[in-house]
Amino acid sequence: MKSSVFYSMVAVVTCATIATLLQAKVHPITQDFQQAQSSEWMAGGGATVDKKLNTNSFSHPSANVDFSRQMNFSLGNALFKKLWVASPSSTLASDGLGPLFNAPSCQRCHIKDGRGHPPKANFPFDNAISMLMRLSVPPQTKSQVEAIESGILGSIGDPIYGGQLQDLAVTGNQSEGKINIAYKEHTIPLNGGEQASLRHPTYSVDRLNYGPLDPQTMMSVRVAPPMIGLGLLEAIPMSDTLSLSDPEDENMDGISGKVNKVWDVMNQISTIGRFGWKAGQPNLPQQNAAAFSGDLGIASPLFPKLSGDCSQLQTTCIEAFHGGSPLHDNLEISAQAMDLVNFYTRNLALQKRKNANEPQVLQGKKLFYQSGCVDCHHPSYTTSEEAAVEQAGQRIWPYTDLLLHDMGQGLADQRPEFLATGSEWRTAPLWGIGLTQTVNKHTFFLHDGRARNLLEAILWHEGEATTSQQAVIDMTPEEREALIRFLESL
Amino acid sequence: MNYYLPRKISIAVLATSLIFFNNVYASADSKQTQKADVITNYANIALATYEDALTQAQALHQAIENLVSVPIEKNLDAAKVAWLAARVPYQQSEAYRFGNPVVDAWEGKVNAWPLDEGLIDYVDASYGTGSDDNDLYLANVINSQQIFINGEKVDVSNITPYLISNTLHEADEVESNVASGYHAIEFLLWGQDLNGTNAGAGSRPASDYDIDNCNRGNCLRRSEYLLAVSTLLQEDLGDIISAWEIDGEARTDLTDLPINQALDAMITGMGSLSYGELAGERIKLGLMLHDPEEEHDCFSDNTHNSHYYDAKSIQNVYLGRYIRVDGSLVAGESLSNLVAQGAPQLDKHMQKALAFTMIEMQTMVKRANTIESYDQMIGSGNVEGNQVVQNVVDALTAQTLVIEKLAPALALQKIAFEGSQSLDNPSTVK
Repeated sequence: MKSSVFYSMVAVVTCATIATLLQAKVHPITQDFQQAQSSEWMAGGGATVDKKLNTNSFSHPSANVDFSRQMNFSLGNALFKKLWVASPSSTLASDGLGPLFNAPSCQRCHIKDGRGHPPKANFPFDNAISMLMRLSVPPQTKSQVEAIESGILGSIGDPIYGGQLQDLAVTGNQSEGKINIAYKEHTIPLNGGEQASLRHPTYSVDRLNYGPLDPQTMMSVRVAPPMIGLGLLEAIPMSDTLSLSDPEDENMDGISGKVNKVWDVMNQISTIGRFGWKAGQPNLPQQNAAAFSGDLGIASPLFPKLSGDCSQLQTTCIEAFHGGSPLHDNLEISAQAMDLVNFYTRNLALQKRKNANEPQVLQGKKLFYQSGCVDCHHPSYTTSEEAAVEQAGQRIWPYTDLLLHDMGQGLADQRPEFLATGSEWRTAPLWGIGLTQTVNKHTFFLHDGRARNLLEAILWHEGEATTSQQAVIDMTPEEREALIRFLESL
Repeated sequence: MNYYLPRKISIAVLATSLIFFNNVYASADSKQTQKADVITNYANIALATYEDALTQAQALHQAIENLVSVPIEKNLDAAKVAWLAARVPYQQSEAYRFGNPVVDAWEGKVNAWPLDEGLIDYVDASYGTGSDDNDLYLANVINSQQIFINGEKVDVSNITPYLISNTLHEADEVESNVASGYHAIEFLLWGQDLNGTNAGAGSRPASDYDIDNCNRGNCLRRSEYLLAVSTLLQEDLGDIISAWEIDGEARTDLTDLPINQALDAMITGMGSLSYGELAGERIKLGLMLHDPEEEHDCFSDNTHNSHYYDAKSIQNVYLGRYIRVDGSLVAGESLSNLVAQGAPQLDKHMQKALAFTMIEMQTMVKRANTIESYDQMIGSGNVEGNQVVQNVVDALTAQTLVIEKLAPALALQKIAFEGSQSLDNPSTVK
């Protein structure tokens, strides 16, 4: 605990200094709700597409990908859909899956490039294919304490099961176990005689195949986030993120956005975290490589361990065939192929908004802005000129500050990740959220999909968001409807 | 005196300009008519192509019925020949997929690929993973009375076209859960290709359909599945034929558009298939990874033909002509004619680029028929084979660069995004 406070303070000083130096300019938040702002329609700036809304709505390339780069998108898309197979196999190029894994392809979790969902029932009645469970223990040895304190590791994995529960395995290996969920409902009365019911999940692991978990093991369950607009988020100037941070709540608004400081594996430095539910990854290439390693068991230049997340105590897994191949720089996916995946994941386009000027949407927008939601769900940025050509210099509307906020005990997973405490989460981007039903045929939201609709998702917001949550509880039913309508219009 | 001359001139000018304007109007009208004729011919070719696809699918179904009733190798071979023939018109329809939302939404039912074959039938042990997991990856519907989809128990004891299309296909929202279409039939005729980049396609025995000598089990259910999926293919092709008939949705979608947008949709279809889909996802990826799994018709080793007829499809759209399965010609007003009027050089370039692609495709097809199959050509270390395939990619890329010039040459305006003017100068946006 002492160390994490120390590092937060270091972060505070650093951030404040850098922010001042760069004199970051963040777009001011509008007070005018008479009509939609002119740039607001194009949530992803010039990368936004205007296509028929259907289940493929999250799978279009940025509108401004020029001809010479369209093939990179297609190839990246094919790799994203690619089904990896176990080694040894007749196909050297596609093998290397596992030995332990959560899914055989990226698309299998990021269904339709969209949002994952919790299973409808526990195993064997459904699979948790688009959900995973992170595992970690408090640092126990001196070197573990040092790795955490120096910011090199964000957490220490379970001694046997590692940093993640892989619920599938290739032939000859056993899966680690299955996520078990038990929900308990509790109701919240709302103004106007309405009420909402929230389901509170309790997680455990069934069918553990490698002995018990460490008694201190902490579990954090997350669904696959949507893939749209990720390159644009990456292109938000660091200075903007830093200038929005206020870890000690110096402006006394009750909101203390904090940057996560994470380890950049490529450059071997501690830097700002912006990807993942707790902002545990610094950039998309590392996020993607970490997913290949942890979720698929595929070794890449950044995470070259052929056995993926197998621990030293899982000997069958360590000794299994692996798919390292000269075709892939002696790894399981080459630097060239990773570049294509990175290009793809940077260029999944936002859809143009269709009804930003509808009176009910504008009413909802006003309520959203005036209830303090925008204090964390920061509406808009202009992206860095230094980003790749598709992402550079675009006015975008992601509705996130990419910072960590204390969301209260209800949402807490009690599992720290770098500077993020057990109750802190990164503000999730809201763009495209209204198309979840269209693309993924569900409306499960939040990090573990516990919310069954947007209203439930809002009502789970506590901690720093308590005032906003209360404002929504106090709204008239008609106002709440307008608020939801606004979110659905994004 | 001084007044006469100017007056005469002005009358002359007026007269000339009247004639000029008349000509402009007349020529604008005929231009519109010509463009409308291009669209009509495009739709007519779509209709003829899908009708041919259905005719061939009906012949395939007949061959499948023969196989199921008399499961001998000769009948299996005849069914395979019928499948290969059925691909010829279908692949020539692929340029219609992009640019026509109705076709794009529909095509996954008939041509989805790649597929997780373990969903349908038995697969080799090397395919295996997570056999302790009740996962659709290895659901093997043919070997099951019930499976779990999305947490719900699904009765699959009765295999019907409806079950395949409404319950199994893309089950769990997973695109590779392909239960229907050409590739599902291909798998049921050929079986898995376990030869990697070595010679040989899948080698399913006819006895897989022999209820009296059923070595691998479930021969009755396998026969039921094959018949159901073949029935479904005919139904689906019937749907798309209706969409291209007079007043069909695909046709009216086009004719309801401003004419230039409809022409743009045609060009979009050509370019998207040529570059991202065919050159990129279907060819370059496999070549880059040297991966035999990245083969479009992987069970049958028919990929070379599949690519060839895709390229043909693009050429058909540009030239406005299609040679039907019975040898007759459907032809009419074409994009080529339209381009040639304003930009004859560009039209020549386009025709040449398309023809050059067909030559490179032909070289690849010839190699597949005489030297080595497509999956061997893309194998690691096969310098000569790799080059033949790379030449195809290069030709498709080159032709796409010419396709990109068509819309500007025809002065087709892309639809501007609402509010996009603000993007040019973000700092001024409120």
